[in-house]
Amino acid sequence: MAEDFWKRFKKNKMALMGSVIVLSLFAVSFLASWLAPYDPSEINLQEVLMPPSTSHPLGTDQLGRDVLSRMIWGARISLKVGFAATGVAIFIGTILGALAGYYGRWIDGLIMRFVDIMLCFPTFFLILAVIALLEPSIWNIMIVIGLTGWMGITRLVRADFISLKERDFVLAARVIGASNLRIIFVHILPNAMASVLVAATLGVAGAILTESALSFLGIGVQPPTPSWGNILTAGKDNIDIAWWLSLYPGLAILITVLGYNLLGEGIRDSMDPRLR
Amino acid sequence: MPAYILKRLILMIPLLIGITIICFGVMHLAPGSPTDLETQMNPRASAEAKARLRAMYDLDKPFHQQYFLWVKKLAIGDLGRSFSSDHRLVADKIIERLPITIVINVLSMILILVIAIPLGVLSAVRQDTLFDRITSVFVFIGFATPTFWLALLMMILFGVHLDWLPISGIRSLNHEYLPPAEAFLDLVKHLILPIALSAFGGLAGLSRYMRSNMLEVIRQDYIMTARAKGLSEWVVIGKHALRNALLPVITILGLSVPGLIGGSVIFETIFAIPGMGQLFYMAVMARDYPVVMGILFIGALLTLIGNLIADVSYALADPRIRVA
Repeated sequence: MAEDFWKRFKKNKMALMGSVIVLSLFAVSFLASWLAPYDPSEINLQEVLMPPSTSHPLGTDQLGRDVLSRMIWGARISLKVGFAATGVAIFIGTILGALAGYYGRWIDGLIMRFVDIMLCFPTFFLILAVIALLEPSIWNIMIVIGLTGWMGITRLVRADFISLKERDFVLAARVIGASNLRIIFVHILPNAMASVLVAATLGVAGAILTESALSFLGIGVQPPTPSWGNILTAGKDNIDIAWWLSLYPGLAILITVLGYNLLGEGIRDSMDPRLR
Repeated sequence: MPAYILKRLILMIPLLIGITIICFGVMHLAPGSPTDLETQMNPRASAEAKARLRAMYDLDKPFHQQYFLWVKKLAIGDLGRSFSSDHRLVADKIIERLPITIVINVLSMILILVIAIPLGVLSAVRQDTLFDRITSVFVFIGFATPTFWLALLMMILFGVHLDWLPISGIRSLNHEYLPPAEAFLDLVKHLILPIALSAFGGLAGLSRYMRSNMLEVIRQDYIMTARAKGLSEWVVIGKHALRNALLPVITILGLSVPGLIGGSVIFETIFAIPGMGQLFYMAVMARDYPVVMGILFIGALLTLIGNLIADVSYALADPRIRVA
């Protein structure tokens, strides 16, 4: 089955394009200190708001810092936030979805009502409200984005569990005396991971978008730590004189999110048709 | 039909209770007391004054009592008073800012429908043609575009370079001296960019959804029957297929309410529009908890109402739902 997956994956243009983008971003994030031509927080008041030139390919910001270097380091931040937030969401979503789908009845009712309630809140409102209470640090942002993004995964995992728990292999496991927890986590969960993987890939894209919007509003990653969102804030403050501060970071977000979306859809399309 | 609406309303009750618990819980996650913020900057605040302030916000009572007191007030529309220096009623603050937010969201929703439905239908009918491929690429790019960034670019293009549209507020400074027609035009000019950009966010999703709906419907037997009867392609698609493919869109519109409301924070902040989103942002920055809690609740309530309207309209449009 895995072989079939790779065969289809390699033929899928979307998946390949997504993989190239995502892998390049990984490379940029890991090699940031070698790739960045300048120190991202080096202030140079002689070179404030310089348009793109040979010495600063993407120009400088309001403190004379090199925009390219800040964007390269920003890639690392968005990767961190994207993965950590998605990790939190997957953790909560998988456990709640598994419990709801496996046990059914009142446990299912309780968990799914909780999902419905959470879905009533405009996510962005909820995130802002919690960030307002806690300090806007990178850790809090990861956790809060994760805490408000698990509902879709819960529904997916629950649906998988409801159909999988009727299968013969579950019955077999029960016959040899496996405990409920063992059946949930060792026998059923691995079979539900395929759809979780797709949701996770798309979730990273969503988390990166949310982080950039929060940082743009000044309640996300705080300067001097560079993030694509907070470079855009500087772009807005200098909207009539420094277009490069607005253009490039947004383009970076677009390409990154596009990459994860393409990869996610590519994985989904390459999966065993029966699982789709 | 009334029975169906009643059933929906009853189902809303546990959700409403859950919403109040979460709103209340979130606000009391804060380390320390919410009133600390008001007193810590003021060295003259005596212990007695602090206690009075805590009593004013019911913070001196046990947790569950505070919750019930809050809900009791909520039930009569009392959201408390703002922590800000004007100490105005939260409900008043929200109500004066709600209309502009709702107008922008409703107009952008209409814009989404007007563009996304024909786009989705056409790409489904012309599946795998050049047109379909180009729209698919646009949909993918649309999904990935941070709308606040697009807003910045549009502001640079139309506001700074071309100088066609204003980029801030909802009226010009000389607004009061303009004749009514020009004043209206002024308002329209201010709203074009916010509405267009707010619509952009939902466009990709709905057109893709419409496309897959339509693809599913045109494979149904009754479409083949319609074709076999010799009806023109226009009638088959426009009348028989479209009506059925449109049904689920009602639900999607209901589901898109929280996204639109949440997005208003970003747009209203970027374009300096005095709506609920901007109020929320300012309250968050100032840690004005009563306002934050109030808007969080109103936002969830609007979503709930949006879903109710969607469900009821769906039942009106599709008799199968009513019976079931």
